[in-house]
Amino acid sequence: MNISTIRKDFMIVNMGPHHPSMHGVLRLIVTLDGEDVIDCEPILGYLHRGMEKIAENRTIIQYLPYVTRWDYLATMFTEAITVNGPEQLGNIQVPKRASYIRVIMLELSRIASHLLWLGPFMADIGAQTPFFYIFREREFIYDLFEAATGMRMMHNFFRIGGVATDLPYGWVDKCSDFCDYFLTSIAEYQKLITRNPIFLERVEGVGVVDVKEVINWGLSGPMLRASGIQWDLRKVDNYECYEEFHWEVQWQKEGDSLARYLVRIGEMVESIKIIQQALEGLPGGPYENLEIRCFDREKEPEWNEFEYRFISKKSSPSFELPKQELYVRIEAPKGELGIFIIGDQNGFPWRWKIHPPGFINLQILPQLVKRMKLADIMTILGSIDIIMGEVDR
Amino acid sequence: MIIDLTEIQDIHFFFRLEFFKEIYEILWVFVPILIFIVGITISVLAIVWLEREISAGIQQRIGPEYTGPFGVLQALADGTKLLFKENLIPSRGDIRLFSFGPAISVISIILSYSVIPFGYNFVLSDLNIGVFLWIAISSIAPIGLLMSGYGSNNKYSFLGGLRAAAQSISYEIPLTLCVLSISLLSNSLSTVDIVDAQSKYGFWGWNLWRQPMGFLVFLISSLAECERLPFDLPEAEEELIAGYQTEYSGIKFGLFYVASYLNLLVSSLFVTVLYLGGSNISIPYIFVSNFFEINKTYGVFVTIIGIFITLVKTFLFIFVSITTRWTLPRLRIDQLLNLGWKFLLPISLGNLLLTTSSQLFSL
Repeated sequence: MNISTIRKDFMIVNMGPHHPSMHGVLRLIVTLDGEDVIDCEPILGYLHRGMEKIAENRTIIQYLPYVTRWDYLATMFTEAITVNGPEQLGNIQVPKRASYIRVIMLELSRIASHLLWLGPFMADIGAQTPFFYIFREREFIYDLFEAATGMRMMHNFFRIGGVATDLPYGWVDKCSDFCDYFLTSIAEYQKLITRNPIFLERVEGVGVVDVKEVINWGLSGPMLRASGIQWDLRKVDNYECYEEFHWEVQWQKEGDSLARYLVRIGEMVESIKIIQQALEGLPGGPYENLEIRCFDREKEPEWNEFEYRFISKKSSPSFELPKQELYVRIEAPKGELGIFIIGDQNGFPWRWKIHPPGFINLQILPQLVKRMKLADIMTILGSIDIIMGEVDR
Repeated sequence: MIIDLTEIQDIHFFFRLEFFKEIYEILWVFVPILIFIVGITISVLAIVWLEREISAGIQQRIGPEYTGPFGVLQALADGTKLLFKENLIPSRGDIRLFSFGPAISVISIILSYSVIPFGYNFVLSDLNIGVFLWIAISSIAPIGLLMSGYGSNNKYSFLGGLRAAAQSISYEIPLTLCVLSISLLSNSLSTVDIVDAQSKYGFWGWNLWRQPMGFLVFLISSLAECERLPFDLPEAEEELIAGYQTEYSGIKFGLFYVASYLNLLVSSLFVTVLYLGGSNISIPYIFVSNFFEINKTYGVFVTIIGIFITLVKTFLFIFVSITTRWTLPRLRIDQLLNLGWKFLLPISLGNLLLTTSSQLFSL
């Protein structure tokens, strides 16, 4: 921005918050020299809702409906991290079946998120048609979510020690049908997109992040794996039951937008593999660890009195967070989604710090777009994959 | 005196007759123009409908379906809506440039329809400079876009206008060189002569076979001239919101819309005329003689057949460009200019050189 005050022939363009390709309400102040980008300054905070502060006077159950609004395209992951934190803090075991159901839901959600990355990414570089194709498949995933959780986006499905409900009858068959179908449609995307010469021209060598940079900037997720680092928290941390399935970490060496595209496409296939194995080996048993559900019971309440709790008025279980602090993380589709909780021997967390992958990954944007063309801003921003709900929280 | 009076009356009578005749002739000049414009407008509506239906087919949507049978009147409904919408003018823009911009681009494109032979000798004006009128006039349209981009007082519009100018300049040259090779082959610039030169051997007489490289280059650069999707940088939605159209609303926006489709139609028509034998029936040998018999008796019928054939070939190309638009991503500005200057220009120059030398040897 200092350069622009010296030379007056630069054009300073304000992109966003209402720009067709700003993926929500990101605002970029771009200094242009003709078509070349000289400088780019992102301005955040248009979707800030104080998510961390809200958590401080909610129990975990009360807070769960909020968390799907962080990253509203990978909703299962925000719920998973919200229950994983307290679970690990309180050392709570999750039944095997619940863990399998969680893995299936998480991977479906990962596919949904990657699909809704692919469509806008292609739209960002000018191809409108894939957007409609990805919505076709995403609808199926959301139908599955709706059948299992009752909601398409804001599920509120995860609970401390398990999941809210068991899978309905026939859901497993439907899901494995979807897996078979989805593999063919991924092949269709590959046919349409991957070898398209114009697409390759637009993404190859655009927004290159090398190995050192990617670590120094603290990037995670596909951004990290596209730069040649085989780091996937599902393998590294072994949370839930990922070690029971055979799958591979998708990674590329180049670190450009094409590599990130390939990593995400590969991850969708791997997710399908995981789902198929999980569906096959889905164990029986309980879907929720009921032992940890503690209710503050009224001692011998008087019938029909003010304090009396009818069945419909059943209060939700509360969970007391021990006086400890912990950082928990999972591999969300956009990268490492973590929370740092400090418990205070209370139902409410004392501090609830969110480590959103989108926010961290977005930091590198100004550096990547400098000395590129104007149109590359959209390619690079698209390949970073941000959701403003999570960036601004 | 009486004789004089009658003479004067006669003179007056003849004078008035002449006057009416003149008025009549002037009016008669406008009738074909009006017919052409109505026809062109109808085909633009058809193209808009086709674009919506084809894109819907590609994207697995339904497309317009409630306005008229199969939604054919959708474009008309859109146009009517745009007519009634508020006409916004940016407060600190240059109002004159802002208002003239769309008009200039539309008028310049409509003018180039005057040299297109739709049927056998069915042309508004058979100028001897023919195709070069189109080349010359189509350079005016980007000036209109630049004016509107500048007059909008909007940085996106300005960038869009500049991109339009850069793009049309760099793609006009290969386009012109291709047209030059065609005119060398047919020894004329007149579009009617170019069509006639291709009428000899039916299907095999098309310039497409003699100028395959030229055909490809012409196709690509005419797509770029139309600012259609692989090359639609001036109005790239994801980068420049809508480019030079950003600040427009109401019928001025509609004019840009019409201009882009008019441009598409005129380019496809020129592809047909220059490379696909225009209105020739082009099914070799057998049918040609039959149609020649009809030619002597039913002139109007042949004209209608000619128009029909021209339109069939034209809409084939419109279909190709529509499917291209909904399949391919967009090029970047530097890649676009590279393609124009470093690839299409040398190829079209080489093509011209080959054509010229072969014409020299055949002399």
